[in-house]
Amino acid sequence: MDAIAEWFRTLYDTTGINITVVYDAYDRQRFIEGLGMTIMLSVVTIFTSLVIGVAGAWAQSSPLRLLRFAINGFVTVFRNTPPLVQIFFFYFGLGQILPRVEDADGMRVPLIDNVEWAIISLSLFAGAFNVEIFRSGIEAVPRTTVEAAESLGYTRLGIYRHVVLPLALRVCLPALSNNLVNLVKTTTLAYAIAVPELLYVSKQIWTDSQNVPVMMLILLATYTVLVGILVFIMHRWERALAIPGYGQGAGR
Amino acid sequence: MTERPSVPFAVLHPYRRPEPRPFRLRLRLIHGVGIAGAVALIGGAAFAQGGTSTRSAFEVILQWSPLLLSGFLFNITISVLAMLLGTIAGIALGLVLIGHNPVTRWTGWVFTQFFRNSPWLVLLFFAMFLIPYEFRVAGTTIPFPDWIKAVIGFSLPVMANVAELVRGAVRSLPSGQWEAAESLAFSRRQTLWMIILPQCVKRMLPPWMNLYSLVTMATVQASIVGVTEMLTLTSQVHAAEGGRPDLLAPLYGFAMLCFFLYCYPIERFTLYLERRFKV
Repeated sequence: MDAIAEWFRTLYDTTGINITVVYDAYDRQRFIEGLGMTIMLSVVTIFTSLVIGVAGAWAQSSPLRLLRFAINGFVTVFRNTPPLVQIFFFYFGLGQILPRVEDADGMRVPLIDNVEWAIISLSLFAGAFNVEIFRSGIEAVPRTTVEAAESLGYTRLGIYRHVVLPLALRVCLPALSNNLVNLVKTTTLAYAIAVPELLYVSKQIWTDSQNVPVMMLILLATYTVLVGILVFIMHRWERALAIPGYGQGAGR
Repeated sequence: MTERPSVPFAVLHPYRRPEPRPFRLRLRLIHGVGIAGAVALIGGAAFAQGGTSTRSAFEVILQWSPLLLSGFLFNITISVLAMLLGTIAGIALGLVLIGHNPVTRWTGWVFTQFFRNSPWLVLLFFAMFLIPYEFRVAGTTIPFPDWIKAVIGFSLPVMANVAELVRGAVRSLPSGQWEAAESLAFSRRQTLWMIILPQCVKRMLPPWMNLYSLVTMATVQASIVGVTEMLTLTSQVHAAEGGRPDLLAPLYGFAMLCFFLYCYPIERFTLYLERRFKV
């Protein structure tokens, strides 16, 4: 480990390529924490947005008109407004209105802090897209399959859970993985409300060390790797789920 | 229209696709209620908090709306320019992706994937920091203001996405088109420009418009790197009004409303085109 750090230090001395995140313990620590925050944000928002998508798509087939109308309104609004403005609206707009609470040290802190607001608004943003994606998958399930399940005495929730959703999932997986990749890229917007994620710490590092171009390339490469990992997982999932006749990987 | 008395059975008529309904953005009552509700929410959210001595959020927004809307117009300008630049570069890159030379094709692929898979905000930082603020060509200085750099920053991901669209659209055409053109002695360039690409336009249009809507919504990110556009103006208006915390939600709500009113018709039109072009 020391030998590698030493090598990068000589690289800086001889060529001027300054990769502080490898040899400088403080920068490395910051970078790893930022990476951890980005991964945490991504995993949590992916999970909650999937939950929103599944629940929303189910509610869209509800017999209650008001509920359907509300879900459609939510999807339309969140799909057609900029995610950054959504984050600002939640964090600055709603965050200011909510009351402040006292924490363990007796400090007045906001009820919901910036990391939590980032999670909430990013989940809602990606969740709106997920609702639409799951709906398209559900529409692809043949009506006869649903009727067969109905005649077997399944309840509405039972049909959704055991028949429609498993089939719909296979149809919409490619679109879903696209959206989740997009979500991972959108986590950078949390930068704007000072969530210490990868972009935020990278900016701190390149301001301190004056190595903007190098640090930017490292940052871009890191995001490419993160997205690559997600794409790999989704591909594996797609192949594991594949059954003939459904989805892109069918029968292959 | 339906004068075909010689064949009495409807089934014997050749199948004709039903005419698609013409596109109209039908503003039904429900839309009006929705927009009125949004306005009331924006106005009322602050009114409940504001007390009697302060002006209501509605008055504040009404007073500043010329400034805010000019900022919004600037956002639209950035998005149109970025889309223009990105589309031209993207078509060029897409043609490289479907080319025969393996070296350029592979380089183009790496290029495309790199710009497609990086966050837009990071690319924006990239353009902001790495492009100089002025160029010196033969004694004259050409200034490069921030917003032009932002346009370039947004056109990078657009380029990569358009390149993928071109590649996908060309691949989706049946190979018979190429073979037929070859047998009619078209050169490769002629085939591409006169036969393949015109057919691709139809397939590319809906996703391209989707991309435009995404670019429009991404332009607000320029405020993070210091371009004075709608969000910057919004926070300035907020400061000018004395920084009342209860004004923030209505002001950002107004920004959301502007973008919604611009992007929603585009989304509807895209859906219409998709349905219409469906084979």
